[in-house]
Amino acid sequence: MSERPADWTRGEAAINYQTCAACGHVQYFHRAFCAACGAPDPRVARASGKGRVYATSLVCRAATPDTRAHVPYNILLVDCAEGFRMMAHGENDLAIGDDVTASFKPFAGKPVPFFTKAK
Amino acid sequence: MSFITGVGLTPYGKHDGSSSLDLMSKAAQLALDDAGLKRAEIDGILCGYSTVSPHIMLATVFAEHFGIRPSYAHAVQVGGATGLAMTMLAHHLVTSGVCRNMLVVAGENRLTGQSRDASIQALAQVGHPDYEVPLGPTIPAYYGLVATRYMHEYGVTEEDLAEFAVLMRAHACTHPGAQFHDPITVADVMASKPVAMPLKLLDCCPVSDGGAAFVISRERTGELGVRIRGCAQAHTHQHVTAAPALSELGAEISVARAKEATGLAISDVRYAAIYDSFTITLAMLLEDLGLAGRGEAAARVRAGHFSRDGAMPLNTHGGLLSYGHCGVGGAMAHLVEAHLQMTGRAATRQVKDASIALLHGDGGVLSSHVSMFLERVR
Repeated sequence: MSERPADWTRGEAAINYQTCAACGHVQYFHRAFCAACGAPDPRVARASGKGRVYATSLVCRAATPDTRAHVPYNILLVDCAEGFRMMAHGENDLAIGDDVTASFKPFAGKPVPFFTKAK
Repeated sequence: MSFITGVGLTPYGKHDGSSSLDLMSKAAQLALDDAGLKRAEIDGILCGYSTVSPHIMLATVFAEHFGIRPSYAHAVQVGGATGLAMTMLAHHLVTSGVCRNMLVVAGENRLTGQSRDASIQALAQVGHPDYEVPLGPTIPAYYGLVATRYMHEYGVTEEDLAEFAVLMRAHACTHPGAQFHDPITVADVMASKPVAMPLKLLDCCPVSDGGAAFVISRERTGELGVRIRGCAQAHTHQHVTAAPALSELGAEISVARAKEATGLAISDVRYAAIYDSFTITLAMLLEDLGLAGRGEAAARVRAGHFSRDGAMPLNTHGGLLSYGHCGVGGAMAHLVEAHLQMTGRAATRQVKDASIALLHGDGGVLSSHVSMFLERVR
């Protein structure tokens, strides 16, 4: 079983994804197998951080004291260049279709992916 | 064959001092009385869950509390689709001869039993624990993402979405049990506090206390019968990050399966009971189900199509948006109202003809879908 290299979900400033050697499927949520064909040990790769905004929602009402300190914050779905979709934060004025690049920003005590408009 | 022989529904809103079991019991008694059945005649129980009082065996907790020793009992968890999923299971259990009379029940003191923040936080956990929840999303944010995308692809506006809140409120104003009775306008919705854009406070269902129950039976007990004609499900994903394209969501799949199972078409439907956790949910589902063309549902609301006297009366009790949302019971109120309409007992809300109803429930973030056709039989 491949071990799971650290990424932003474990406090590291990186976005990881997996590709299946057997069928080529790309997946974002880490698993010990390919969710499309079941082959074991899909390869872990580091994403470039380049992508395009698929959807946005500016959160103005948060549910915990930790997150309330950050409102308003923009939650995004980003279609990444490598072929997977991820949830992240981003600049408040981003629109669907914008080309974006990832950086990392602390949120509620942990670094999270934060996308800004690609230059 | 299976029939919905009884329905029970409490008012939604505040029930100070009532526990989840109290609300379940109240609704269950109403449903038994409506069916004309006694406790001893109930041989199966399906119940939902309570976020306020979680339990690993809620169905037997309830059975003991209510005073039933069923031959079949367990809880079911499919988020907002739970009520219809339980009804579908009861239909199959009754039809296959496992049970004769099944009680389907849910209730929760979600409003007074916990803080609104606790409720919002508990529900946000439908998100992915590693890849979504650390980003601080809320249920409105998950649906807000879907909304911006839907608006982008189909040219729907915030004012369009507001129409659904206004319609549900207008319907709630005619039901004494609804949580809200003050009429609202599109301008009120637009001016309400931003929650997760484009969704504002009045685009979101409230948190409520309440309970709902049905009895599903092999034989009808009343003169007018409401038969479960057929139903189907579809589950395409759990997390919004993993959702398919808008054109491939589960509502279209489940309704296609339900149509195939029953031989019915959308043109046969006379009454619609559709899940409406947010205005976007209702707009999308109406269009996914074929009750309106893409991007055209709001125009149909404006034209009165979904009003009590319109061609396709919709959620005449006010829906989750204005009757209220107490968890699993929330969308069960839609079925109770459909039953009252089909049996001519909807008082001042009565529609002309509710001979065939289409019900649809959605759990998660458009993750789990149940479509169901009900038919009135004489």
